[in-house]
Amino acid sequence: MKSLAELQEIRNRALNQVNLRKERADGIRVVVGMATCGIAAGARPVLNAFVREVEARNLTDVMVTQTGCIGMCRLEPIVEVYVPGQEKVTYVHMTEDKVARVVAEHIINNRPVTEYTVGSETK
Amino acid sequence: MNIYRAHVLVCGGTGCTSSGSAAVQEEFEKQLKENNLENEVKLVQTGCFGLCALGPVVVVYPEGAFYSKVKAEDVKEIVEEHLLKGRIVKRLLYKETVDEDTIKSLNDTAFYAKQKRVALRNCGVINPENIDEYIAVDGYQALAKALTEMTREEVIQVIKDSGLRGRGGGGFPTGMKWDFTYKAEGDQKYVCCNADEGDPGAFMDRSVLEGDPHAVIEAMAIAGYAVGADQGYIYIRAEYPIAVERLKIAIGQAREYGLLGKDIFGTGFNFDLDIRLGAGAFVCGEETALLTSIEGKRGEPRPRPPFPAIKGLWGKPTLLNNVETYANIAQIILKGADWFASMGTEKSKGTKVFALGGKINNTGLVEIPMGTTLREIIEEIGGGIPNGKKFKAAQTGGPSGGCIPASLIDTPIDYDSLISIGSMMGSGGLIVMDEDNCMVDIAKFFLEFTVDESCGKCAPCRIGTKRLLEILTKITDGKGTMEDLDRLESLCYAIKSSALCGLGQTAPNPVLSTLRYFRDEYEAHVKDKKCPAHVCKALAQYKINPEKCRGCSLCSRQCPVGAISGEIKSPFVIDQNKCIKCGACQAACKFGAIDKE
Repeated sequence: MKSLAELQEIRNRALNQVNLRKERADGIRVVVGMATCGIAAGARPVLNAFVREVEARNLTDVMVTQTGCIGMCRLEPIVEVYVPGQEKVTYVHMTEDKVARVVAEHIINNRPVTEYTVGSETK
Repeated sequence: MNIYRAHVLVCGGTGCTSSGSAAVQEEFEKQLKENNLENEVKLVQTGCFGLCALGPVVVVYPEGAFYSKVKAEDVKEIVEEHLLKGRIVKRLLYKETVDEDTIKSLNDTAFYAKQKRVALRNCGVINPENIDEYIAVDGYQALAKALTEMTREEVIQVIKDSGLRGRGGGGFPTGMKWDFTYKAEGDQKYVCCNADEGDPGAFMDRSVLEGDPHAVIEAMAIAGYAVGADQGYIYIRAEYPIAVERLKIAIGQAREYGLLGKDIFGTGFNFDLDIRLGAGAFVCGEETALLTSIEGKRGEPRPRPPFPAIKGLWGKPTLLNNVETYANIAQIILKGADWFASMGTEKSKGTKVFALGGKINNTGLVEIPMGTTLREIIEEIGGGIPNGKKFKAAQTGGPSGGCIPASLIDTPIDYDSLISIGSMMGSGGLIVMDEDNCMVDIAKFFLEFTVDESCGKCAPCRIGTKRLLEILTKITDGKGTMEDLDRLESLCYAIKSSALCGLGQTAPNPVLSTLRYFRDEYEAHVKDKKCPAHVCKALAQYKINPEKCRGCSLCSRQCPVGAISGEIKSPFVIDQNKCIKCGACQAACKFGAIDKE
């Protein structure tokens, strides 16, 4: 190792490897329904798309995780976004293509994408 | 780089390895592959989490789900339920983390809540065989800071100001040691690490090396810079194969990255490390014996002074610190002396790792701020004594230390308060004893150890400890006299004041401290020929309670020496002259009619 810059570079590169293991109390949680119904409807690509998107934008305090069946199997894949101190937002019929917009508008700019939510679906 | 949505951390410390974590890890590999999850879920082997009693331990992030006692059969369920469907397998969770319907953070459980992990900060968090993960958690930043921003004197001053004291047992101020070695004249200097952890029941250093080997390597490089050494040696016992292996891997990776070797960070500073394996002699944990052993000679101590800081390895100025001491260094450099000094008590700063063992529910590894009371360690962190038994005493410092009786359970644990009650910090083994332990027997156990481990160079230790053991054996055999107790005590003081090295000087401590706090037990052995805890075989008596005995004759058929006789359907009797006290009758009796007294 010849310079501090080199060390910093390795550190930044490796940070993603361990970030997931930090205790985060106040971060945003993205929860993907991954019960049988969710998986059948295509929840896994959605889950992976969220992980990639969060990673690509270097959002270190966002946690992407799964949960079981919420009960509205016909609306799967369902994704819930929990922003601390706010009402949770439930997205339905999610696809890989919708993920980027949810991350950009809701998670980064705190403007839920109303047209994807359960509210607009059941109207 | 591949991005993973979940991390599965499997403990690969010695504790969990012995309870089968390798099979669990293999099964995870297989199951992840079968479910096509290998690109989504990362499997990581880590060091010790501390809760060895609950091993094998598996933690799944991002949820932080803490699974305990995981068997290979359970892995399929974790993968299919948790990793695939997101349903945490509650039946396998560490029960303390399950709170109604939600899972609590591990840090809120009684075991972790009072702990403060400084030396163990990365154990159970990073993969010890991957230098990148260590760098990601600020690894080698302290070395960079020391080399590029600080003078050698500044580094030493920070360590001095932090108040860090040697964690190997003696508690000598670390900064002073560094300063002595720095000021010593010599063309060549060395930095050594004492990883010859020999106390029965102590495994802190092993866990640090297994879980975070780079922390020690980084600290030794910093020490090398501060004192002016370009070569270091880690002296580690060959009985720690996992730790040795991880150290080798870590040193290899550090060399590859140029964090060891020539011209580190382009500053012109050179430093390299080598491992020296010890054959497991307890005396080699003593500093002069350790250095002699590194030189390739028989591990025997020599008189001090000269201290190693002046004349150490091959007669050159040598800095020798313990593993846990080094594990604190990088954090002190990064976070400052004040941060470190804010933890602990007035004269004992920082935290201390203890290996909790014996009669305690949460056997394992704990790190607590100095000044935490023994009661907090045993009742809260340790989860109390199993089977509702009563706490009797705790032994700290292994064969060099002493016991702390129940009456002193509120003693804050630091170097000086332990010395004042006749024990010592030692390297951090903490063995908990309940009412079923005989204190004379405990003293005898430790003496047997020191007699075995005495190197034989000086007479007080070689002959004196042997005589101590003989007197103790006489007492536990029921042949002791009151004069023996006095002789025992005076011999203890004679050995303490005349032995050559620390091994002999501290060997009488277990006897002295048990004599001090449990003299009544010694006297019961001598005067009443009774062992109050029913441990000492020669003093035990098996007796049949005639009121409970149904006269079934089962016991007499079990007795290997034919000591039990009687008529069917009337109470049987044990012939005390024939009885060899094996306990077979008691184990066989279905009516609980046989008592051990």
